Amino acid sequence: MSEGIVYWLQQTLNALQLGSIYALIALGYTMVYGILTMINFAHGDVFMIGAFFCFLAAVYLGLPFAPTLLLTMLGAALLGVAIERLAYKPLRHAPRVSAIITALGVGIFLENFTLALAPYPKNIPALLENITWDLGGVSLSSLQVIIILLSLGLMFVLDYVVHRTPVGMAMRAISWDKTFVPLMGVPLDLIISITFAIGAGLAGAAGTMYALAYPVIDPYMGIMVGWKAFISAVVGGIGNIRGAMIGAFILGGVEIMVTAFFPSTYRDFVAFTLLMLLILVRPYGILGKPRTQKV
Amino acid sequence: MRKALSLLLFSVLVSLGVTAWGAGTIKLGVIAELTGDMPAVGASCRNAAEMAVKEVNAAGGLKVGKEKMKVELVVEDNAGKADQSAAAAQKLITQDEVLAIVGPNASRYAIPASEIAESSQTVLITPWSTNPKTTLDATTNKPKKYVFRACFIDPFQGGVLAKFALENLKAKKAAVLYDVASDYNKGIAEVFKANYEKLGGKIVAFETYTTNDKDFSAQLTKIKDAKPDVIFLPNYYSEVPLQVQQAKRLGITAPFIGSDSWGSNELLTLGGADLNGYYFSTHYAADNAAPVAKKFIADYEKAYGTKPDDVAALTYDAFGLLFDSIQSAGKADREAIRAALSTLPSYKGVTGDMKFQADSRDPIKSAVILQIKDGKFTYYTNANP
Repeated sequence: MSEGIVYWLQQTLNALQLGSIYALIALGYTMVYGILTMINFAHGDVFMIGAFFCFLAAVYLGLPFAPTLLLTMLGAALLGVAIERLAYKPLRHAPRVSAIITALGVGIFLENFTLALAPYPKNIPALLENITWDLGGVSLSSLQVIIILLSLGLMFVLDYVVHRTPVGMAMRAISWDKTFVPLMGVPLDLIISITFAIGAGLAGAAGTMYALAYPVIDPYMGIMVGWKAFISAVVGGIGNIRGAMIGAFILGGVEIMVTAFFPSTYRDFVAFTLLMLLILVRPYGILGKPRTQKV
Repeated sequence: MRKALSLLLFSVLVSLGVTAWGAGTIKLGVIAELTGDMPAVGASCRNAAEMAVKEVNAAGGLKVGKEKMKVELVVEDNAGKADQSAAAAQKLITQDEVLAIVGPNASRYAIPASEIAESSQTVLITPWSTNPKTTLDATTNKPKKYVFRACFIDPFQGGVLAKFALENLKAKKAAVLYDVASDYNKGIAEVFKANYEKLGGKIVAFETYTTNDKDFSAQLTKIKDAKPDVIFLPNYYSEVPLQVQQAKRLGITAPFIGSDSWGSNELLTLGGADLNGYYFSTHYAADNAAPVAKKFIADYEKAYGTKPDDVAALTYDAFGLLFDSIQSAGKADREAIRAALSTLPSYKGVTGDMKFQADSRDPIKSAVILQIKDGKFTYYTNANP
């Protein structure tokens, strides 16, 4: 292959890896918004806690990759449900701004709680033996393959659950109407809890994969990544699951390609300018639809 | 009225009491990165500071003029933030009324703190900040009056590394990946580039990122494409392992070299076997130390259970410099200490001999090159540009 093609293929792989991780986190934002029309700002920190769960499972329990991933997803899912029950449920009928402040507060609590317990950055041991394949000059690592495939797999499972199962149908129904759907026998609180569990569980999976790809973790790691995932969700059309995935891959791609073309300092400013232009053209995001208020 | 008067009298008495009680002690401040992105640096700094003060107090205190005075330490955390570094300096100077300050360590924190020290006319010695700007006045570019350091500066270190890459590693083409948002990383990357090119080498990639980035794949792919013989990473210990691991996953085989920001034991914990065989320049080698240093290393290991890194050694030397200058000044006075420090004869420290020149706040000393071997820092060679 010519050197130019090799170079761009390599950068595309880099973009796919970054986009996969953004996508897994973006799904949590978009699901919670879809159901509660609430932005769960603590979600990036749930992702961070996921990475620390991965650290605990790998280092203190000495578990291999698959159980670590499952345990982390389970732990994060429970955390998500607990946050919803303790912090958001009592405020479900309070003004929207109170819920946002609470979400920010939960995020700051999680950061500083972790900081108090683990002030030093932690190193995640290599849970998977890394093999790097050389495909005509393009380096493909086993870790990259796992991250991309696992993320895509989880997204397809989620898409199936939401669009093809009774629970998914209940979720979509509640996101449509919170007043009358429960009257038809749909358990509101349970469905909301399930939504939070799935969203947080995916953030836990993202935390594990992020920790394997970038194995130095710290309590503030979730802030910037969380913002970027949130932006992905908005660009894709917040509330729309497929949109969140598309938005995440766009953001990952733009970030990598801008860095590949320009000095790295241009990355965020070019990336966010492009995203703002996109929002100007499509105010509800790529797949988002305006909600009509029925009177 | 009577109540107000008695209150006034009371407060006067209290303040008199405090001054009288405080007369026998000297207060020294420390600003350390105890939390934030480099807590290992802050911990080493605080440990060495506490050890230095404990030793002096165990010996009865400092001899200031005719009386012996105990030293009291006030440690402030800068939380790994530039604004809090300046705030900590302000607090130490005005509220705690310390005689002098040691720290902060990283240049991006030392520079703002040094501005406060300079304008408040209080001596500040930074143990580990190697960026030239720390001791230079931003507007006149002349040396600051009150800000000193215990380490060499980046133009020196960058020169050492450029020569090392060309002569010892025989690398004709080099790539650099550095944090463009951090004074230290940016400064040394530029100096390295200038020196390397002057000595006949070619910089084939000069790539940047921003503090707290975790994904360097785009930059590293560019570097891989440029086919360098060596890659220079003048970045802090918490980021270097990520960069090296990602580079290896991209199939990069060129060796890496680093600067003194690699010198924390945390680098070994975070990086593990991935860093084996690489070189970096730093201030001292624990396994090739002078006799003065041997005692310090042994005491430190006994007290804290790890080998002192360069921040610990430099902090200890910063305190040594301060103690010597307080004793030779003969009085606990900020201005007198400044005068004594700038004219101090050669000081034999843990990190080697150092002396301040008349028109400079940067000591003259040499660097060492360490190699990472089997999870340990090992002495490789002494280096001068």
